[in-house]
Amino acid sequence: MTGEIGQLSLALALALSLVMAVTGLAGARTDAALSREIASGAASGFFVFIVLAFGALTYASITSDFSILNVAQNSHTAKPLIYKITGVWGNHEGSMLLWMLVLAIYSAIMVFTKRGGARLTSAALGVQGLLASAFLLFILFTSNPFLRLDPPPFEGAGLNPLLQDPGLAFHPPMLYVGYVGLSAAFAYAAAALITSENGADWARAARPFMLMAWIALTLGITLGSWWAYYDLGWGGFWFWDPVENAALMPWLVATALLHSALATERTGAFRNWTLLLAIMAFSLSLIGTFLVRSGVLSSVHAFANDPRRGVYILAMLIAAIGGALALFAWRAPKLEAGASFEPISRESALLLNNVFLTAAAATVFLGTLYPLFYNAFTGMRLSVGPPYFAITFAPIFVALLILVPFGPRLSWRKGDLKAALRTLAPAIGIAAVAGIAVLAIATPHSLAAAGAFALASWVIGASAIDLLKRQTRPLSAYASALAHAGLGVTLMGIAGTTVFRSEALEVLAPGQSMQVAQYTLRLGRVENVQGPNYQAERAVVDVIANGHTIAVMTPEKRIYPVEGQAISDTSIRTTGFSDLYVALGEQDGGAWKLRAYVNPLAPFIWFGGAIMALGGLASLWSRLRVKFARAAEAAVPAQ
Amino acid sequence: MIRAAVIAFAVLFAANAFASADHLSNPALEARAVALQKELRCLVCQGESLDESNAPLAADLRRLIRERIAAGDSDDQVKAFLVSRYGDFILMKPPLMPSTWLLWFGPLVVLLLGGGVAAFVIFRAGKRASSETS
Repeated sequence: MTGEIGQLSLALALALSLVMAVTGLAGARTDAALSREIASGAASGFFVFIVLAFGALTYASITSDFSILNVAQNSHTAKPLIYKITGVWGNHEGSMLLWMLVLAIYSAIMVFTKRGGARLTSAALGVQGLLASAFLLFILFTSNPFLRLDPPPFEGAGLNPLLQDPGLAFHPPMLYVGYVGLSAAFAYAAAALITSENGADWARAARPFMLMAWIALTLGITLGSWWAYYDLGWGGFWFWDPVENAALMPWLVATALLHSALATERTGAFRNWTLLLAIMAFSLSLIGTFLVRSGVLSSVHAFANDPRRGVYILAMLIAAIGGALALFAWRAPKLEAGASFEPISRESALLLNNVFLTAAAATVFLGTLYPLFYNAFTGMRLSVGPPYFAITFAPIFVALLILVPFGPRLSWRKGDLKAALRTLAPAIGIAAVAGIAVLAIATPHSLAAAGAFALASWVIGASAIDLLKRQTRPLSAYASALAHAGLGVTLMGIAGTTVFRSEALEVLAPGQSMQVAQYTLRLGRVENVQGPNYQAERAVVDVIANGHTIAVMTPEKRIYPVEGQAISDTSIRTTGFSDLYVALGEQDGGAWKLRAYVNPLAPFIWFGGAIMALGGLASLWSRLRVKFARAAEAAVPAQ
Repeated sequence: MIRAAVIAFAVLFAANAFASADHLSNPALEARAVALQKELRCLVCQGESLDESNAPLAADLRRLIRERIAAGDSDDQVKAFLVSRYGDFILMKPPLMPSTWLLWFGPLVVLLLGGGVAAFVIFRAGKRASSETS
């Protein structure tokens, strides 16, 4: 029964999304008020049926309804309830349905808020409808989550243990809120081109969606990196893995978009470029989905891929990107061109920001897709690993970070560089002190680390000064200061962990000790533990510093018999400034391999991401507050 | 039987790469080996270096690297030997050759093009601004 409800809901949602596409686009005409009404209604109905379908799959997973193939393949009765819920999107079909759910939620918000006026909203809903129908066709014909299994098996196959983790509960939904949020920006950009409603209305209408998308991508990437750090068992936090890059590219372009749209809204500058960025940001989200879902670039994340589906997504990709770019080429020149500003101005600063961010995104794009094209053209295989990105991506970002503090200190149209430098002078001092201190105190003496700390201190210090020196402090000032400072904090974390990490690997029998940095680790015993759906060997490790036992850590090695996999559950003791990280390895005779790291400043990597997201939230809140205030004002005379 | 299967799985899929394949007793040589295995990729896993990988082949290669270093090979000789056996694929850092020029110089080209366009836009906007004020 659950399966039929889900299947029927999907079919109805497809029909409604088609209605939404046709009437929404037709509603772009001034005299098509009825079309607009129908499009809004269809979008609401589409939302309801997608929620029903998603609810049906979740219900089937919770109740272990193995007559549904997807549940039988990815769930198990012994799996804890939380993973029965999050496991819904831990597989290809379910994650596509989640994608759809997020799109439906955004469409409902568009209907509800009608930002940018009736015609723009209608055209944007039409574009959303097109995207929704394409994805629903894909789901129904190649990735149907409601396929039946007759007879149903007694037990399911279980879920990849690496994914049975609280990190999975939030990482993919966050990324999807980001990816699909960019579809709203894309839809508004396309709507602006379709309706020829020139000016900045569309950018203003799309801004909250861009911000939501950016915040979600920032948090999603941060969570993913944290998850990799504690779950993969060797303390790395970023791998330049294709799937990570697939999330990083839209983030970079969305960051550029947020900055460029600011200029478009404020002074009308860069109108066409902002439109193009909105198209590119979502295109990269689609490419990201394609890379992850099609399996062309397999990676550590390749838990659910199927090359057969790639062809369909690729076709959709080409249609969406090609269509949007054609629309842009056809309509964009008709939009009035550029504004005027002095070479030293906020506009110029934002433009430079865009040059660096776009180049950074292009670098990640090249590095990610080059092996694929190389193989297609030469038949040989090539690896593009972290050393490539260290040489190409890092310098671009360093240049960007050097320039970041100037942006907020330059006025629109005509800025004063000398005044900005005078204001920021203390930050230069802070940076110099930080760099010299790192070089003098920390071992190993590393020029690169000193530079990184100086740069990070420059960005953080300048953000603080920017706030202090303002006469008024609107929320938007906090937004940019927090977002920029977050970058500096993350950079400190990366530099601290990469350069100053201590590492030890030893084979210990119970009672024996090993040394890592200032800690002595003594292996007490290794005990067998029974989890809900796994068996574990749990090591009890005493952490000794200055002759005192300061903590007991319990790294585990878990064996999931249903899935036939073993994973390590690392134990991390953090002070907020430094992590002690212990992982248990294989047994070797009566002894166990123990790997330990001290990762100085590692938590800063994720704190920085959280601070950046907080900056995004401040910006979003300042926008919504203005809107609510206006709505309240408008409501008063009516009474 | 089941227990044996579980143990077999545990051995096969051990999640941690414990790179103690063979430790060189000379710390300087061992450090070179560790640095080398970070620059070389595991051939059978996805996107992991030899340093991180837990695949049996990666363990063999880690042992091989130490054999070559112990035999007196330089880092470049070890790499050249592995490339001759497994191709450029094994290098985490792709070599610079005509077929990778686009990869290596692409970012610079994008940066220069972008910078050029930005300079043009800024110049034009500045001219417009000065004509407005005059």
